[in-house]
Amino acid sequence: MTLQQPLVCAIPDRNALADINRYQDPTVIREVLHTSRTIAIVGLSSNPLRPSHFVGFYMQRHGYRVVPVNPNETEVLGEKAFASLTDIPFPVDVVDVFRASQFVPPIAEEAVKIGAKTLWMQFGVISGEAARIAEQGGLHVVMDRCMKVEHARHMGRMHWLGFNTGVVNATR
Amino acid sequence: MTDDPRAFGFDTRAIHAGQRPDPYTGARAVPIFQTTSYVFEDSESAAAYFNLQEYGNTYSRIMNPTVATFEERVASLEGGAGAVAFASGLAAQAAAMFTMLQPGDHIVASGALYGGSVTQLKHLSRKLGLALTFVDPDQIDAWRQALRPETKLLFGETIGNPGGNVLDIRAVADVAHEVGAPLMIDNTFATPFLCRPLEFGADIVVHSATKFIGGHGTSIGGVVVESGTFDWSNGRYPVVADPSPAYHGLAFHDTFGIYGYLMKLRSESLRDLGAAMSPFNAFLFLLGLETLPLRMERHVANALGVARFLQQHPAVERVRYAGLPESPYRPLVEKYLPRGAGAVFAFDLRGGRAAGQRMIESLRLWSHLANVGDAKSLVIHPASTTHRQLSDDELAAAGIAAGMIRLSVGLENLEDLTWDLERGLAAAEAASRSNHVGTEVTAS
Repeated sequence: MTLQQPLVCAIPDRNALADINRYQDPTVIREVLHTSRTIAIVGLSSNPLRPSHFVGFYMQRHGYRVVPVNPNETEVLGEKAFASLTDIPFPVDVVDVFRASQFVPPIAEEAVKIGAKTLWMQFGVISGEAARIAEQGGLHVVMDRCMKVEHARHMGRMHWLGFNTGVVNATR
Repeated sequence: MTDDPRAFGFDTRAIHAGQRPDPYTGARAVPIFQTTSYVFEDSESAAAYFNLQEYGNTYSRIMNPTVATFEERVASLEGGAGAVAFASGLAAQAAAMFTMLQPGDHIVASGALYGGSVTQLKHLSRKLGLALTFVDPDQIDAWRQALRPETKLLFGETIGNPGGNVLDIRAVADVAHEVGAPLMIDNTFATPFLCRPLEFGADIVVHSATKFIGGHGTSIGGVVVESGTFDWSNGRYPVVADPSPAYHGLAFHDTFGIYGYLMKLRSESLRDLGAAMSPFNAFLFLLGLETLPLRMERHVANALGVARFLQQHPAVERVRYAGLPESPYRPLVEKYLPRGAGAVFAFDLRGGRAAGQRMIESLRLWSHLANVGDAKSLVIHPASTTHRQLSDDELAAAGIAAGMIRLSVGLENLEDLTWDLERGLAAAEAASRSNHVGTEVTAS
């Protein structure tokens, strides 16, 4: 049954974008995680088993304000849901996208319009066009990276479960 | 900022990967967290840990900070998404299979796997309702011909034991991926210093850490590394992809993506099978890893020296070291093991079984025991020890002769190792001669 649902985390075609590494720079990722406070999650589900809910729950636990953007929800994780980014009546730092890649360019346009500072596309969400729109609007762009994993890698406890964080640091 | 991204080298990661100096005490060595359990900050945090919504420590059967340092270090050296450690290499293999297979599934495995692995596969497949086919690992067509619609795993070894077969990992990985199955590789004999199977298309790497990773013969342990790139949601692995009843219907691969298999391996297989690595053993394995590059260079240099010595000795019929230039595996060694073909290999004595036993009994420096990958040089007679569970046909299929001696070449002075072998070979020759005379007397 689950196999028939769209799989946000299914193995994506990374060859679709030659310079994808440009959007996975650890320096940018750390800066975004350190300086952002409000994260609008497009496609955030109230179903606690969905990847978007895991990410929203985790980011909220780590002190970020999570803003659900999903026309099918009224409230997620105790926060009022908005039908679209342009409906949010306060500033947003990061737009984090849990939608299939082809739906991302109009979301990027809205992210520029509301003055967000970063467009973050989740693991498996890959859109060169959305990246261009956001970059031309002056936004940082992160692509094909999970925000929860990147937070846990650089600022959290991912290393407690034997995952390869790629972090080598001999300072206290 | 000190955030300049840098791809650190293998030797640096062998020392640093997985560890950040303890923020509480500043301890530079990896602390041994000898604790069963961990105090929760509050009940909300405890719930988040048990629901897998947050990375947290709950109970050392499932995770431990010292063990996690070892796991991340091995994952870094192998180039995987992560790793899960176990109480032994065989426990690691069993859990790796337990996580992905269900009754009715079929495994294709190399007939030249370590004898303990062959025995494990035969017993587990019979008890768990799995089908099993052993193939000649050198014949790529044999792997392909063994495939069935229900084939869910291909399993080989970088360097076979004790035949010295070097696996064409890329070719077997391609065969596996043609049918949407993963390739699992036992990389114990090569270690990630000599070969990194994930770079050649393998999906899972298993190790007996007991051997070269530990390096000093002190501790039993194992580890599973996964690439994160295999598509467990391809419809063939419901035990990985389907909702888990134990976690309120959580679909591991869907939810955790490239970490899905590893999460399942830890939070279900390790939890249920319970073969956790002890923190103290993890500490010793970490010490081993710090010197792995230095030790493997010396292991390989000594192995080549011993192989050349044996090759020119009249009592020796055949040396099966893949690192010798005239080895039939030379093209595969150049591709997969350019820094050396390991330090475990076998040779055949001219005198057969009696000569083999006499030789082992005559050695002074080489220890007669059932292990490999120690700083100390080790020797064994496989047909009467490690492979004694195998039938004669299976022995032959694994390329084992009655007079075969297996060596694990250690880190001593090469001239001392060959001095001792020379004494042993002289004794073997004497045994062979008296045996020959005795046979003539009986015949007349």
